[in-house]
Amino acid sequence: MNKSNKSREILVCCGTGCVSAKADKILDALKQETKNKKINVKPTGCHGFCQEGPLVITEPDGILYSRTKTEDVKEIINSHIENNKPVERLFYHEPKTGGKIPHYKDIQFYKKQNRVILRNCGHVNPEDINEYIEKGGYRAIEKALKEMTPEKVLNMINGSSLRGLGGAGFHTGLKWRFCYNAKADEKYIICNGDEGDPGSFQDRSVFEGDPHSVIEGIIIAATTIGAKKGFIYVRAEYPLAVKRLKIALDQAQKKGFLGKNIFDSNKDFDLEIFQGAGAFVCGEETALIASIEGKRGAPRHRPPFPAESGLWGKPTLLNNVKTYASIPNIINNGVEWFTKMGTDNSKGTAIFSLTGEVANCGLVEVPMGMTLREIIYGIGGGTTDNKKFKEIQIGGPSGGCLPESLLDLPVDFDSLKEAGAMMGSGGMVVMDESTCMVDVSKYFLDFTQKESCGYCSPCRLGTKQMLDILNDIVEGKGKPEDMDLLMDLAISIKAGSLCGLGQTAPNPIITTIKYFRQEYEEHINDKLCRAKKCKALISFYINPEKCTGCHLCFTNCPENAIEGEAKKPHKIIQHKCTRCGICFEKCPPKISAIESYAGEKIRI
Amino acid sequence: MEKELNKILSSFQGKSNELIPALQQIQEELGYLPGDAMLYAAEFLNVPESTVFGVASFYAQFRFTPVGKNMIMVCKGTACHVKGAEKVLDEISRQVGIEDGETSADMQYTLESVACIGCCALAPCITINSEVHGRLNAKSIEKIFKRKKAEEKTNE
Ligand SMILES: Cc1cc2nc3c(=O)[nH]c(=O)nc-3n(C[C@H](O)[C@H](O)[C@H](O)COP(=O)(O)O)c2cc1C
Ligand code: FES
Repeated sequence: MNKSNKSREILVCCGTGCVSAKADKILDALKQETKNKKINVKPTGCHGFCQEGPLVITEPDGILYSRTKTEDVKEIINSHIENNKPVERLFYHEPKTGGKIPHYKDIQFYKKQNRVILRNCGHVNPEDINEYIEKGGYRAIEKALKEMTPEKVLNMINGSSLRGLGGAGFHTGLKWRFCYNAKADEKYIICNGDEGDPGSFQDRSVFEGDPHSVIEGIIIAATTIGAKKGFIYVRAEYPLAVKRLKIALDQAQKKGFLGKNIFDSNKDFDLEIFQGAGAFVCGEETALIASIEGKRGAPRHRPPFPAESGLWGKPTLLNNVKTYASIPNIINNGVEWFTKMGTDNSKGTAIFSLTGEVANCGLVEVPMGMTLREIIYGIGGGTTDNKKFKEIQIGGPSGGCLPESLLDLPVDFDSLKEAGAMMGSGGMVVMDESTCMVDVSKYFLDFTQKESCGYCSPCRLGTKQMLDILNDIVEGKGKPEDMDLLMDLAISIKAGSLCGLGQTAPNPIITTIKYFRQEYEEHINDKLCRAKKCKALISFYINPEKCTGCHLCFTNCPENAIEGEAKKPHKIIQHKCTRCGICFEKCPPKISAIESYAGEKIRI
Repeated sequence: MEKELNKILSSFQGKSNELIPALQQIQEELGYLPGDAMLYAAEFLNVPESTVFGVASFYAQFRFTPVGKNMIMVCKGTACHVKGAEKVLDEISRQVGIEDGETSADMQYTLESVACIGCCALAPCITINSEVHGRLNAKSIEKIFKRKKAEEKTNE
């Protein structure tokens, strides 16, 4: 160890996940322990492997400590840093083989990834612009301004075939070209960091881990198309992202990358933060623009597209966080480098937040075209506790649910669309057999119905009708004709809605009916929920042979629906039972006398 | 109140497009948007009162009633939903004695469900006054609130 003459660094992941597990305390303790030593201890943004946090990484040897506690700090310093004996006990534990892996580069989760947009996340201190510069930052904007014309930049972005990573996958080069060609006294630029999809956190992680890569991308775009003013739209629910962006903007301003006459180019550009106020529909570009103008976030009809008439009626370029973060890479490394990654029609990489019932939750970046199986099993390590895989939900409320038979689907913009899902903002939620597909589609529809801005009737009324039908089904009141009605409504809502929210809201229902029809039929015809999720379609029962009469269920039942004397088997009074499941949870695991059933057979 | 509002809005220029940041600032300072404050904002920014209320009621962030000392947000995002957010909400509701969307009579707690707080890898999770608690189950929730209640006692 210590072969390299680079100085010793200890990195503490201070992404939101690790901080919630007290990473900030670990950082303080490490700083305290190393006060008089020549060691650089620094906080970084999300390193990606949230499942195993808090993460502590030592460089240059690249050792990763997982699930670290403040108590471990002394040992890390004494054994590893002072005596070159890394602390084996804290290495990542490979669950399948039981082996301990010291270097993060050797861990499956990282090995199969290709971290391009996330290259700095978890490696630099996001609150220090100099670290970004040391890694080659702000060189692309210098190159673009000093060595290239706007025309050349446009050709390069176009040649890279980069497609917008905000979900719809529109060609970025084309969009930039429209804005560049638009004639106007003023133009604006907006970065879409609304990220309202529940179950995804990649934009947040880029903001928190490497804010300068986004800012540099925005400056390149602005100076190319000729915008003098820009906004970064961030969710107000992301306080850490807002804080880091503020620091980053301030530092970029001081270095002269923002403001007047950037790199002596005679070009000026100002960038400010706009905090969203919590509305999913504001992720849609025209709604987002209305919101910055101080209005209700209702989308409007397109055309005119924002590139022609956007913020305050001026040509406006609007891209996603990850789209902008990709730009410096393309300028620095060239078109050929970029187009080597990905599939024919989707170049480059995609970032997903892999969550749900998967062993390794976290942030993953892979080349477009990797199969779902590789992502879930290769990187994600399969399902939690090796339960049976049921489906993967991709793209949030606008996306769809894909079954096991589609696991070999290469993931890119077009293949997902064909399968009925969508790239969306890149949330991937793995679900196992304990999830009910009707419940999942009801969940998403409940979300879109509430978030519908109410402007157009197919979306406002249609989603409500669909939700009512789904509510009936999970309450055991479903009728055989409901499935056809759901499909009819789905098709009309898709065709008739004004914006992408309504046009995609039926996707979760369409895909679950397509791939899991049988489960709907069981709910409707047999009145049973095989996943035991829908309360009206399950029942609980106390096995008299196992019950010891400990009375725990009796005392905890909020409905007084359990009878029985102490030390004697208890019984559930079925007509009083609301199937809240508290008795099931309270019954001590070694007794497990309470059993749940799909359907009604015990309730009689 | 007028003096206070004047101070809160002192960094604003009085342009209509400042409406959302202005309301955010008021809520940041006062904890919610009192009716009078919205009327003041309307005048200050020179926009119709109906527009102010229209905007304030559109966005989930804005609230029209005061909140408790401890703001509990239960994530009901997809990852959390799959991992049992419903049960987490039920358990917390039992612990603090209020339902989703309510504030306790003693103004100690406000309970709200939200869509995704961005810590999906730690699902199911909640925030209490922006501190995140992840990987929850009935036991750990009980522990959190036992500690909170003990803290309140010592503070009294
Ligand atoms: C309901 C709805 C929500 C959206 N949410 C987001 C979002 O959170 N982030 C995002 O970048 N794009 C979102 N979009 C897509 C944007 O309208 C727009 O296409 C995108 O920001 C363009 O950037 P890109 O070309 O870089 O992808 C949403 C669209 C709809 C219809
Ligand atoms: S789904 Fe709960 S934090 Fe994202």
